[in-house]
Amino acid sequence: MRAPDNPVFAKGDVLLAVENVSLGFGGVKALTDVSFDIRKSEIRAIIGPNGAGKTSMLNCINGFYYPTEGRITFKGVKRPKMRPHEAARGGIARTFQNVALFKSMSTLDNIMAGRSIKMRSNFFWQLFRHGPAMTEEVAHRRFVEEIIDFLEIQHIRKTPVGKLPYGLQKRVELGRALAMEPELLLLDEPMAGMNLEEKEDMSRFILEVNQQYGTTIALIEHDMGVVMDLSDRVVVLEYGRKIADGTPQEVKGDQRVIDAYLGVAH
Amino acid sequence: MLYREAGQFKTNYVADSAIFPLRQDRIGIGLIIIAAYALAFLGNSFLLQAVMIPFLVFSLASIGLNILTGYTGLLSLGTGAFMGVGAYACYKLMTAFPGVNVIVWIFVSGFFSAAIGALFGLPSLRIKGFYLAVATLAAQFFLQWCFIRIPWLVNYNVSGALDAPLRTLFGTPIMGPNATPQTRYLVVLTIVILLTWLASNLVHGRIGRMWIAIRDMDLAAELMGIRPLQTKLLAFAVSSYYCGVAGALLVFLWYGGAEYDVFNINQSFFILFMVIIGGLGSLIGSFFGAALIFILPIVLGIVLPAMLSPFGISVGADVIEHLRFMIVGALIIFFLIVEPHGLARLWQIGKQKLLVWPFPY
Repeated sequence: MRAPDNPVFAKGDVLLAVENVSLGFGGVKALTDVSFDIRKSEIRAIIGPNGAGKTSMLNCINGFYYPTEGRITFKGVKRPKMRPHEAARGGIARTFQNVALFKSMSTLDNIMAGRSIKMRSNFFWQLFRHGPAMTEEVAHRRFVEEIIDFLEIQHIRKTPVGKLPYGLQKRVELGRALAMEPELLLLDEPMAGMNLEEKEDMSRFILEVNQQYGTTIALIEHDMGVVMDLSDRVVVLEYGRKIADGTPQEVKGDQRVIDAYLGVAH
Repeated sequence: MLYREAGQFKTNYVADSAIFPLRQDRIGIGLIIIAAYALAFLGNSFLLQAVMIPFLVFSLASIGLNILTGYTGLLSLGTGAFMGVGAYACYKLMTAFPGVNVIVWIFVSGFFSAAIGALFGLPSLRIKGFYLAVATLAAQFFLQWCFIRIPWLVNYNVSGALDAPLRTLFGTPIMGPNATPQTRYLVVLTIVILLTWLASNLVHGRIGRMWIAIRDMDLAAELMGIRPLQTKLLAFAVSSYYCGVAGALLVFLWYGGAEYDVFNINQSFFILFMVIIGGLGSLIGSFFGAALIFILPIVLGIVLPAMLSPFGISVGADVIEHLRFMIVGALIIFFLIVEPHGLARLWQIGKQKLLVWPFPY
C-alpha cells in the first residue's frame, strides 16, 4: 500500500505533524496557530469545549479544508493542497460526528465500499462479474468478514444500515474506516450518544485496533473518563488555540484546562 | 409455500454474493425469459409492434437513466437528446459502412452517446440536484438544435428525417420495411436482455457500490478514496450508452424512421417518470415503470370500452382517450402516495411477505 520510497515508520516516530496551522472563514478564525504531532501507534485525543475547533482540525488533516496558514506533514512529507480522496489513498481514514454511512446499502456493502481503493479489476471484468472481478470480490469479502467478526456485527451483515440503531451504525462506520487499512484513523466523537455498555464496547474496539494492528488513532471525545483511560497523549483546544498538550495526567492538572471547562470566576 | 429461503445454504462467498441468491428467483427469471421468447411466436403483430417492442426500448432507456439518477443520484433531463445521439450515430455508421452488420453498429453507436454524455456530465462535479438537471437541459436543447441544423447527420436528405434502410442478420431482414415485427422483437429482446444482464453485474459490484456511495453520502465517499469526478463521469457515460442504444432501437427497430422531434424534452420527461414510478435505484423497477407508463394506457384503451358497454354506455373514442389520461394520472398519484420509492419497492415488500407467508414476520 505504501509508496516504496517512503521509510517505514516505527512505533513512536512522528507520523503526522501539524505546524502553526491557522484556518479562517472570512472573519471567523476557527483555528489559530495550532501545532502538535501524532506519533505512530499512539492514541491521541483532541479535546476542548464546544466550538473549540476540534472537528475543523480533523477536516484540515483529511483535506476537507486547506489551512490558511501553517503546514501539515504526513509521514515526513509536507503535504501539498490535497483533496480528501487523495488523503484517503495516502492512508487516512475517518469517522464522523453524526454518522455518515451509505444508508441504503447493507452493512456488508458499506464495509465493502471501504475497500474500493484496494480493488483493481477493470471495467471490462466488472461488466461480466467473472474472472478477476469475482476473484477480487471474494478476496475482499474475506477481509471484510474478518472486520465483521472483529466488531461482532455478523447478525446485521445483510441489513440496510439505515434501519440499524445508532450504536450499531457507529460500529459499522468504524468497520468501514478499518476496511481501508488506514495508517491514521481519525474518530470524531465515536461515543457520542451511546449508553455505558455501548461505550465500553467501542472503547474495547478502539484499544484492540490500536494494539492488534498498530493503527495510529486520533480521536475527539467529550467523555473525559473515556479520554483519560484510552489516550496516550491529549491535546486541548479552546477558541481555536491550543491551551495544553501532554499525557492525560498532565492535562488533567493544568489550570488553563480546568478554567476552560469549568469557567473562571471574574 | 413454494417461495422459501429455508434449506438453501451458501457454502462460499461466490454463491453468497450471487445476484439472485434464491433458487426460486432464478427459476422465475428463467421462466420470464422463456416466456418473452415464446411471445415472439405466439403473439400477434399488434402486440409485438405496438406493445412489446416499445416497452423493451423504453425499459432500456429507463435502465440508462436509472443508472444515473437512481444509482448515482444525478438528476438528468437530457435523456431524450442522448437517445438521439445514439440514433443519429447509428444512422451515420450504418449508411457509411453498409458492409458491417447493423447489430455491431447499434452497439457501437452507444459509445458516441457515452462520450457526449460524459462531456455534458462535467458540470456534475460542481452542481447538484435541480441545478444539475437544469445544466443537463443545455444538452437537451443543444443536441436537438444539432439534429435540426446539421444536415450532414441525415446524409443531406431533403426530408431531414432518419429512415431505416434494409438490413439483414443471417439473411433475414431485421430492419427496414421488409422486417417483420417478429424478427425485430427478437432482436430488441436479445439486446435488452444482454444489456440488462451487464447493467446488473455492474451495479452489484465495485462500480455499483461506488455509485451508490456517491448518491448516499458524497463527502464520506470521497473520504474513502472514491474519486467523485471519475465516478460521476463513468455514471454519465454508462447511462448515456444505454440511452444511446435505446434511441437507435427506438428509431430503427420500432418506428422504422423518425424526425428530430422524437428526441425532444418530452421524451426526457417520459423516461424520467418511468424511472421515478418504477423505483429509483432498481433495474427491475425500470421495467415496471415502463410497463405502467407505456402499457397501461394501451390496456385501458382496449379494456375501457369493453367494460362500459355492458352498462349500455357507449362512449366515443375521444372520451375513452380522456378517461385514459385521468386513470393513468390517478394511478401514478396513488402509487407515489402508497410507496414513494416506486413499484420496485412494492415488489420487494411483496417478496419479503411471501417468504414468511402465512405468518406476518
